This record gives sequence, structure tokens and C-alpha cells, in this order.
Amino acid sequence: MSEVIVVTSGKGGVGKTTTTANLGTGLAKLNKKVVLVDTDIGLRNLDVVLGLENRIVYNLVDVIEGNCRAAQAMIKDKKCDGLYLLPAAQTRDKSAVTPDQMKTLVDELRKDFDYVILDCPAGIEQGFQNAIAAADRALIVTTPEVSAVRDADRIIGLLEANDVRNNHLIVNRLNIDMMKHGNMMSADDVVEVLSIDLIGVVPYDEKIVVATNTGTPLAGDGSMVGNAYMNICHRIMGEKVDFMDLDAESGFFSKLRGLFRK
Amino acid sequence: MRLADFFRKKTSSDIAKDRLKLVLVSDRASCSPEILERIKIDIIHVLSKYVEIDQSGLDIKITQIDQDGEGGENSAPALYANIPIISMRHND
Repeated sequence: MSEVIVVTSGKGGVGKTTTTANLGTGLAKLNKKVVLVDTDIGLRNLDVVLGLENRIVYNLVDVIEGNCRAAQAMIKDKKCDGLYLLPAAQTRDKSAVTPDQMKTLVDELRKDFDYVILDCPAGIEQGFQNAIAAADRALIVTTPEVSAVRDADRIIGLLEANDVRNNHLIVNRLNIDMMKHGNMMSADDVVEVLSIDLIGVVPYDEKIVVATNTGTPLAGDGSMVGNAYMNICHRIMGEKVDFMDLDAESGFFSKLRGLFRK
Repeated sequence: MRLADFFRKKTSSDIAKDRLKLVLVSDRASCSPEILERIKIDIIHVLSKYVEIDQSGLDIKITQIDQDGEGGENSAPALYANIPIISMRHND
């Protein structure tokens, strides 16, 4: 049974594309057949995050307009077997596609893949409507900041209004140090405000920037961030995985400090 | 509230959470500050027919009431209005 997942956030720059790339990589490493669809027409980026920008021949709009078959436009990932990218068009805009056309395309892709993951553009306009039209479920990405959380709440409302009801939250770029000092909301805080189920917490790590520089997603590389993404992948597949203990402190003195803080 | 919380200074993440909770109530109720202002003007207009209102002490806002005392999912938006009356107008 295949599943169509939209990765969305409302606010831009919270890590939708990075999340999409990493979840795709992670699911492919768990032997699933995955296609990532970049629906951000005119502002495509999933190709560079995956390091596949030099291999694009056809794009999403070409497929929808019938200039080529979906199989011709899909790019196979460099490293992961079973991971494919359907890139967005860069020289067109969101109005080049309608929600109905997206549905038709995604239903076509459904037949060949275990997971179809749609990278949604920021905003709540046509691009968002296109991306969510065909989705079975949504992953809402937010950072622990008021602006991102507020937009996430709006997105959750719009998803429900559009009958996408299986929605989960990813709290991205959590700065553990700041959280411990009370200068950043914790994932629990965000969940409390939004009242939605949490599917993953991704701590802030400079490694993500390096990974994006080189176009190599981190999922499954053994790092803390890579593991966080893998955990989300397992949970997407319906497995129960305990959340990482981000409060875990190492060293004698920090433990001692911890005693006094309580 | 635990006793420890009482002595603890409010952190910026606490402030963020409180501000978010408030702003989301009005977002969810699709009640913008502009609409609230119009409601306020209309309420003053209607009540002024019957009573004299202290307009500077008027406080109208959308808050959340807990239906089960727990907060979270079962809380509903409520219009809170505190309207000081200076004197009753009598039709005499």
C-alpha cells in the first residue's frame, strides 16, 4: 500500500526541503521505494539539497503538460537505491499546475512507489493548494519560534478544512542548549500550543548546513540529526520508536548542576 | 503551579508560549484586532442607550475558557468584556 505525504509549514525557511530530502533518503535506506516531488514551481531547491541539480532533463510541468512521461522526468538518486526525484520547473510559476492535475499525476506515481513525498512551497496560495490536493497525510515542519508556530497552526487548520486529517508535527532546529536555559520553546511546549501529535524532533546541528553545501542528506549516517530523521522514518512506517532524550546530560558536573537546578 | 515555579523568573520561552497561546486564540476564532475594535464600538453604541460607560476603563478581548478545566484541546474561545458603568440612564 502506498502513501502520499505532503511536507508543509506555512512559513518559509523552517526546513521543509531539508526534511523532505532526509525523509526520502531515510525511507529509501529502509528499503522503501520513494519518489520526492518538488512542488515549488519557480523556486525549486530539492534538487540542490539532494545534489541532483546537474541531472535534470524534464520536470514536473513537462510531465503534466504531456511533453514527457513521468519515468523520463524522474531522476534516480546518486547514492540511495529506490529514491527518485521529480524536480519542479524553474522557469514557470505555480499557476502552471492545478490541484486536479497534481492528483492525476500523484495517482500515477502511487502505483510504482511505496511513498510519494511532496515538498510543499511556503505560503497558503496556489502552490500549497496544489501540493495538499493529493495528500493522504501531512507532516508539518516548524521551528520553536513564535512566527513559525503561528503559521503552523494556520496550516493545520487549512489542512483539516481540505480533508487532510492525518497530520503530524516535526519540530525542527531545536537548539538544545537554548532550550535548557529557557530561551527556546521545547518540543513539548510547541505541541501543547498546537495540540497536534508529534512525530519527530530534529536538533539544530551545523552538520545540516555542511550536508546542504555538498548535497548529501544526513539520514542514517549515525549522527544525532541523522538518527532523528531515521526515527521519523520508522514512525512514518507505523513503528513505535521512543523519542530521543534531548535532556540527557553528559559529564559529572552537568549532572551535579542538574541536581541543583531542580 | 508548583512552588518552585513561583520563585522562578519567567523565561523567554515561557513568554513566547504565552504570547502564542493568546495570538492563536484570535487566529483560530478568525477574529482580527480590527474586528474586535468594531465589536467594541458596537457594544459601546448599544449600551450607551441605557447606561453611561467609562470608556477609558473598557476592556474587551477574546480569551479561552477551559471546558474541562484542563486546557488544550477542549478549550473554547470566549468574548471577555469588562465594562465599567458610571451611571444608569433613566428615561425620565
